[in-house]
Amino acid sequence: MKFRSVFDIIGPVMIGPSSSHTAGAARIGRVARTLFGRQPDWAKIYLYGSFAETYKGHGTDVAIIGGLMDYDTFDERIKTAFEDAKKAGFSFEFIPEEEEMEHPNTAKIVIGDENSVMELTGISIGGGKMEVVELNGFPLRLSGNYPALLVVHQDRAGLIASVANALAKRGVNIAHMEVGRKEKGKMALMVIEVDQLIDDEIINELRGLPHITQVSTIAE
Amino acid sequence: MEVLFKSVKELVALAESSSKPISEIMIEQEMLLSRRTREEIIAQMDNNLTVMEEAVEKGLQGVQSTSGLTGGDAVLIQKYMASGKSLSGDLILDAVSKAVATNEVNAAMGTICATPTAGAAGIVPGTLFAVKNKLNPTRDQMLNYLFTTGAFGFVVANNASISGAAGGCQAETGSAASMAAAAIVEMAGGTPQQSAEAFSIVMKNMLGLVCDPVAGLVEVPCVKRNAMGAAKALVGADMALAGVVSRIPTDEVIDAMHRIGQSMPSALRETAKGGLATTPTGKALEAKIFGGTKENSDHIPSS
Repeated sequence: MKFRSVFDIIGPVMIGPSSSHTAGAARIGRVARTLFGRQPDWAKIYLYGSFAETYKGHGTDVAIIGGLMDYDTFDERIKTAFEDAKKAGFSFEFIPEEEEMEHPNTAKIVIGDENSVMELTGISIGGGKMEVVELNGFPLRLSGNYPALLVVHQDRAGLIASVANALAKRGVNIAHMEVGRKEKGKMALMVIEVDQLIDDEIINELRGLPHITQVSTIAE
Repeated sequence: MEVLFKSVKELVALAESSSKPISEIMIEQEMLLSRRTREEIIAQMDNNLTVMEEAVEKGLQGVQSTSGLTGGDAVLIQKYMASGKSLSGDLILDAVSKAVATNEVNAAMGTICATPTAGAAGIVPGTLFAVKNKLNPTRDQMLNYLFTTGAFGFVVANNASISGAAGGCQAETGSAASMAAAAIVEMAGGTPQQSAEAFSIVMKNMLGLVCDPVAGLVEVPCVKRNAMGAAKALVGADMALAGVVSRIPTDEVIDAMHRIGQSMPSALRETAKGGLATTPTGKALEAKIFGGTKENSDHIPSS
């Protein structure tokens, strides 16, 4: 079930004109920003399908930049996101693509600074809802319905169990979990959606576990 | 976690067997799934209602979009109503003007509440604030109106679509008008089954509606489709309250909408590559707004 809340239907409160193209786009941008953990210096944004065809009229471009600036869907500053980004020294470009993707409203966001680069593909599924379908080359389904933990780690036996144990010990219930790796024994990614809000203690404990390279969170 | 209802049939059965209105079933499901208190849920909906009220008020004062394609029609309709010459009736025209007001604010990048989407955001509040003058609901009853629209929208979103890009305008203004019809019935004292009938009657008349926005903007014909969606919602509600039933059950109507959406060519699903968007005037307007092609970029260059 993609839509779980009445507020997915009656809501979000947002800046017009399009929930898929403006609010959903802002949310994709904001999730990318949250996972990156800081203001990026630059962004390349590839747009597909209806996003590529109609992004300017829908403010999809300013909404994604607004999201990358950490603005919520109802933040009036979305309208001035381009100017705000310029002032913040954040440069970006939009690249409309011809390629047909599985979902008609797809955006691939590549952001970075001198320390790292991150790539995230999101889809806007209607009514302002979005899903992350790929992160740094890992396919995944991240609905944004629950608070989520993203754990980048080395592919080692027992590691998933130790993360699950750390969560169980603190009474955190797992709602949905996905594990993926690019190559046996190399880098892997765990996406764990949980029922409770995730506090810093849990994150610090996970960061302290062996073979874990990065832990990020997304609140609902 | 188990949901209380996945179909309109289940929703209506649940409301009937527990002698509760559909709005109450929606609130209970939200408490179950979100693990939030009733108070928190009501407070969030109250905030949404306030946003809707403010958007209607702003639109009735007159707004213009930056493209110049839309704005000011809500004011025109209100003035016409005041002249006393209206043929279709003040309640319908009030709903129409308030739906237009909301969408004009949306087109001008103002603050709105998506119901279920931004492009269709006028119909639910437009009908609500028009019916309010006739039925004098309490604030709680107005919130229930929104929960009832949400319950039907929940079924549509999960079994069909509420996205124009996925299912055409039938998925957006079609869903909104049908949802509003169901809620009008509840507010007017109809049964849960009558809400479902109103939903079906309206949805059947929105089937096949394509999404063909001129220049890709949420303006032409979106604003006027919200206007007519509001009118259909009121008429459909009245038909159901009169005892008219839909020969095709609601869930089958929703399924038909889904299948129609899937068989629509992408040119008619929010790509601005067909329909009104590709009329000579539609293309001329696009050229005027975007200076020939949308690819003409005015972005800040990257480093």
